[in-house]
Amino acid sequence: MAKLVAGVGCSHVPAIGVAMDTHITDQPYWAPMFAGFEKSKQWIKEVNPDVVFLVYNDHCTAFDASCIPTFALGCAAEFQPADEGWGPRPVPVVKNHQKMASHIAQSLILDEFDITIMNEMEVDHGLTVPLSLMYGEVEAWPALVIPLAVNVVQYPAPTGNRCYNLGKAVRRAIESFDEDLKVVIFGTGGMSHQLQYKRAGLINPEWDKAFLDRLTSDPVGLAQMPHVDYLREAGSEGVEMVMWHVMRGALDDEVTEIHRHYHVPASNTAVGHIILENKAA
Amino acid sequence: MTDKPYEDIPGTFVFDADRGREGYHLNQFCISMRLQKNRDAFNADEEAYLDQYPMTPDQREAVLKRDWNRMLELGGNIYYTSKLAANDGINFQELAGIMTGMGREAYRDMMLHGGRPIEGNRYKKEWGED
Repeated sequence: MAKLVAGVGCSHVPAIGVAMDTHITDQPYWAPMFAGFEKSKQWIKEVNPDVVFLVYNDHCTAFDASCIPTFALGCAAEFQPADEGWGPRPVPVVKNHQKMASHIAQSLILDEFDITIMNEMEVDHGLTVPLSLMYGEVEAWPALVIPLAVNVVQYPAPTGNRCYNLGKAVRRAIESFDEDLKVVIFGTGGMSHQLQYKRAGLINPEWDKAFLDRLTSDPVGLAQMPHVDYLREAGSEGVEMVMWHVMRGALDDEVTEIHRHYHVPASNTAVGHIILENKAA
Repeated sequence: MTDKPYEDIPGTFVFDADRGREGYHLNQFCISMRLQKNRDAFNADEEAYLDQYPMTPDQREAVLKRDWNRMLELGGNIYYTSKLAANDGINFQELAGIMTGMGREAYRDMMLHGGRPIEGNRYKKEWGED
């Protein structure tokens, strides 16, 4: 049977992708941000998951305003990196474990999570930047990837509690799949940032650090946080962090924090990163 | 009425369903800038290209004038308007420099020094606004 062994929380700032794609990661502006992922690259190489279940949001790229699904599961055979207005990222095509994705779709809906099924979808920086940070520059992604796109652009995003419980359903779906596969789940986005209007540039490191702490110590309580707290304290785009609750919900109640990294700034954003392992792993 | 507990946050538009409704055609125009063939058509004749999108006269004027804050006031969302900015060669950080009125260098410098602090930036009343 498939087994979920660990979770990764990770920001997905587009400028990080640009920095990697234009080979300026060793510049003083970027070097400290990338240094915090050296251990992560080593870790994922050692864990070597067969499948990454990657929770992210589309930034008005594959989804325009005509259709806004709250949860959309990528079930296509592969996903091309999208042109977001400055050309597609020169990164490998993302390949799905299509049979497992179909199983997860069926399992989630019967588990009363009414997800949307995507049989064609391009993927933007929200998905490819975390893969780049964890795997570096590669010819092909070392793992198959099952994407779950979450609406966090048009208010309201799903609640933290809903995301946490969806994580539990994702765990049940993964671990009822009849192949011996090792799976790692990513929750991406954040941390504090506001990209728009007169309060743009907001950063709240104390709030971010408390969020990272409570992911391990108090995930159930953390998932109860109302949206307005994210919007006010972590910036209008900080509400992306509800997606980390899907990752946390999929893990055991008790986890071990393997690694953490926090850096300000990457463009307009506080970069946060955490690796959590199930204790039994 | 629809509960909007976020309306007292200063300098911020929360892109909710009401804003999504008001900004629909503006945002659909902006997302079309994602593709090169549309960028080429728009850049060749902005007025003619905009005729395809039944946005309000105010929205159309904000687009033509590249009044980025006005676009947000009229229902635009940053992830959409940033596609138009990208067409103009403006990235997210430069766009933030414009929207905040700080300018590119001062904004970049603020981010390098830890960003805009949360203290004094939680409530409109802290900005002297209602």
